[in-house]
Order: sequence, then C-alpha cells, then structure tokens
Amino acid sequence: MITLTHYLVLATILFVIGLIGVIRRKNLLLLFFSTEILLNAVNIAFAAISKYYHDLTGQMFSFFIIAVAASEVAVGLGLLVLWYKRNGTIDLESLQEMKG
Amino acid sequence: MEAIAFYLFSALTIGMFLIVVFSKNALYSMSALAAGMILISGFFFLLDADFLGVVQIIVYTGAVMALYAFGMMFFDTTKDVKEKIDAPLITNILWVASAILLICIISAPFVPSLLNLDAPLNQTALFGANNPQAVGIVLFTKYLAQFELAAVMLLVAMIAGIILVGKKMDESLTLDMNAEKKIEAEEFDIKDNK
Repeated sequence: MITLTHYLVLATILFVIGLIGVIRRKNLLLLFFSTEILLNAVNIAFAAISKYYHDLTGQMFSFFIIAVAASEVAVGLGLLVLWYKRNGTIDLESLQEMKG
Repeated sequence: MEAIAFYLFSALTIGMFLIVVFSKNALYSMSALAAGMILISGFFFLLDADFLGVVQIIVYTGAVMALYAFGMMFFDTTKDVKEKIDAPLITNILWVASAILLICIISAPFVPSLLNLDAPLNQTALFGANNPQAVGIVLFTKYLAQFELAAVMLLVAMIAGIILVGKKMDESLTLDMNAEKKIEAEEFDIKDNK
C-alpha cells in the first residue's frame, strides 16, 4: 500500500537531487535543468497531497507551477543565448564581472 | 500493482535525475531530463491526476525540452562540460549535506496539524470521478483570475523569448551596439596610427 508519505519522501529525494545540481553545477544550462528537477519534485508532492486529502487545490498549484516553469524557460533560454553570443561561454563564473 | 509501479517509476526517475545532475555531457543531461519528465507523468496518472499527467507530457517534454534542444544548438554541446572544482571529495560531501540541510530548514516549520485546509475541493463529492472535467470546472471558476494572469505571463514570456533570441541574431538588443562599434573603430585608428 502506497501512502502519502511514500510520495513525499520521493519528492524530497528528487528535490535534494535538484538542489545538489543547483549547488554543484557551474554550467548555466545545466543549472536550468536542475531547476526543472526542483519544480517537478514539488509538482509530485502537490499532486500526491491533492489525492490523499481529496482536494483539487494541489493540482491547480501544479498547473500554475508548470505555467511558470514554461515562461521561465522561454525567457531564461533567451537571455542565455544572448549571453553566449556576447561572451562565448555559459559558465557561471563568467557572470562574475567585478574582479576583487 | 500500484506499489510495483510506484517503486519502478521512483527508481527510474531518481536514476534519470542523478544522470542529469552528475553527467559531464550536456546532451546526456538533456535526454535524461526528458526521460525523467515522462516518468514523472506516470506518477500523475498513478495519483488520478489524468489531466496533469497529459499536461506534463505536452508542456514539459513537448515544449520545454524541445525549447532546450533548440537552445542547445546555439551552444557547443559536443565537448564535455568543463567545471573547475577544487577539492572534489570535500565539496561533494558538502553539496549533499547542504542540500539535505536546506530541505530540513525549509520543511521543519510546517506541522501538518497546524495547516488549515478549509473548504477542500473534494473531487468525487463535487464533480464525480472525471478528473479533466473537475479540473476544468475548478480552473474556470475559483482560479479564473490566476488562470488569466498565467496566460498573460506566458504571452509576455513568449514575446520576451522572441525578442531576445529571434530578431537580429547578429547583434545585441540589450546593449548599444553602436557604442561598442565606435570603440572598436577607435582602437583600429590607434593601431593604424602606430
């Protein structure tokens, strides 16, 4: 029998993986991928809570998260392409312009 | 049956996302992420959120991953991603530890009994068992304002994406390119004079 806890634990594991990616990765594109993992982990948690509490609000939140993620990708990727054209790299450390 | 599906999908999703996070090749990362997205839609079907599962496949694997795939054509993805990392073992341990610690810090204050879930939208009680229909009714009544705001936001994002990438591919729109050209021309003049 799969309970809500199973799903929440799974969502937490996926969120941890995404967080490790955000902390570890230095390439901006792969940082974006890690953000997608974070959003998806939260979506699973929302859908699971929605089912086990018999409440559709969780699913609604998931929809809006997906909408936000889609627009984030559109704008973020545009900025990333611009950055690559100007600097020839999408390394995170190339964003650091003030050398102290 | 549900348990088998859950554990299978869990193992596959976790494996795929680990590849995303730890792979050296950006192309492998992207493929693994697309696979992970599809597998996550399996969870949504398991959780009786049919509409969400379909949206997950269409929006994430159809739109978002396709956008990434097209975006990656701008970048040099064939060579391995080089990331300068000092002291790999210690930093690896610190990454994992700090990620878990962050989760604990964020999720600790939420005590389930203190969350007030007033007026729950019970799907079966209100709309019968048909998930897409129920989602439609809720989305266009209770969450109509948010839905419209999301639509406007997507439109803005689309225009921003087109403006940023699409038009005049060879020059930047966010910077005054004439100023840079002037500086370059001046530098040439100086060199010529020498």
